[in-house]
Amino acid sequence: MSEYKTLSHQGLWKNNAALVQLLGLCPLLAVTGTLINGLGLGLATTLVLIGSNTTVSLVRNWVPNEIRIPIFVMIIAAFVTIVQLLMNAFTFNLYQSLGIFIPLIVTNCAIIGRAEAYASKNPIKFAAFDGLMMGIGFSMVLILLGAMRELLGYGTLFVGAEFLLGDWARSLLITVFQTEHNFLLAILPPGAFIGMGLLIALKNTLDKRFQELARAPEKVVERARVTAEN
Amino acid sequence: MTKSMQKNGLILAAFALVTTGLIAITDVFTSPVIQQQQRNELQKTLNSIIPPDWHDNDLEHDCTRVIAPELLGNAEEKTVYRARLNGQPQALAIETMTPNGYSGDISLIVGVDIAGNVSGVRVLQHRETPGLGDKIERRISDWILSFNGKSLTQENHKNWAVRKDGGDFDQFTGATITPRAVVNAVKNTLEFVAGRQEALFLADNQCGPQSMSESEHE
Repeated sequence: MSEYKTLSHQGLWKNNAALVQLLGLCPLLAVTGTLINGLGLGLATTLVLIGSNTTVSLVRNWVPNEIRIPIFVMIIAAFVTIVQLLMNAFTFNLYQSLGIFIPLIVTNCAIIGRAEAYASKNPIKFAAFDGLMMGIGFSMVLILLGAMRELLGYGTLFVGAEFLLGDWARSLLITVFQTEHNFLLAILPPGAFIGMGLLIALKNTLDKRFQELARAPEKVVERARVTAEN
Repeated sequence: MTKSMQKNGLILAAFALVTTGLIAITDVFTSPVIQQQQRNELQKTLNSIIPPDWHDNDLEHDCTRVIAPELLGNAEEKTVYRARLNGQPQALAIETMTPNGYSGDISLIVGVDIAGNVSGVRVLQHRETPGLGDKIERRISDWILSFNGKSLTQENHKNWAVRKDGGDFDQFTGATITPRAVVNAVKNTLEFVAGRQEALFLADNQCGPQSMSESEHE
């Protein structure tokens, strides 16, 4: 497998930051009340991941081993602050609804984890790609969880899309069912934990299924050989 | 040993300089946009509680600041925006807050016309339960509009409460504390305005073009 293919597989599935490494759970669980909030935080995290991975990889030969962690922290903090300022300036409403969770990206261990584990040892193009894939993997979980909770809780999808994408996006709003009483469990934090648990369970089941599928043809070959030896 | 410490210290300092520099540059470019956004937001809110055709002055540039811990929620300074038509007082928009929300503070802005009627109320900030208490937000429900046109008199004091407490205002299914807090905050604001209107309109302007820059850096 080429490096890019490995990185995609690792970031999106096998080593998914949210589902497997269970990193960055605080913003993940807190923000995913709606699909758009999830998407917004996902985009911001992906931007920071790409930026920090690229920069860390760029300077990796100049950073002495003993002080690499404070330097990574500075780089990440700077990127988060810049993303925060940009969001505040250009996506004001979304910034208001994501509120305190943007600064919290700093504490998202997925980011320093990737800087330390991958970006500091690999060339820029791979590091940036790794950031992109890890970010997309993380965002997918945010979006999925946000969609699940919004659908169950409010009976809609894409509520608030205009805050992220501009006024045209108002038409994206899908009302699946209308309810006077929202399903609170889905909207409140426990719903996030339960939803997250279900997603992890689903991934593990799928992994098992894939494994069995991959093993099945081998078995046939084995049996054939056994009979042949007899 | 000292040599490597020196070297590492310098490298750290260099990184700190570069990262801070990048943030400073971004800040320079984004801060006018952010200020503009905040101003638009304020303008939008003010326009939604005081009809634009009631006044010909620039609301956000005509204000006074007051402190009234008993009636406006806490001891912090609150801004009162003043609407005038041809120089004549028309309405006030008073910032207020209540600490009695279900999960912490709720900050509000209340528009009151010269006759003492509520012209509009909006929630500026809250942390109420999504799906229950957040119906006080205009974008989620119409409830906040039920204040429009109401006034506070000697006789109707006890109507300023949620229905559960014998008043005029709907509570939400499963959430009484939030609307109760908001109703009380609006009632207190009206009490604050009563008898003070003239003084509030006469007070020095603290949002004029000169003091603008100062207030924005708060």
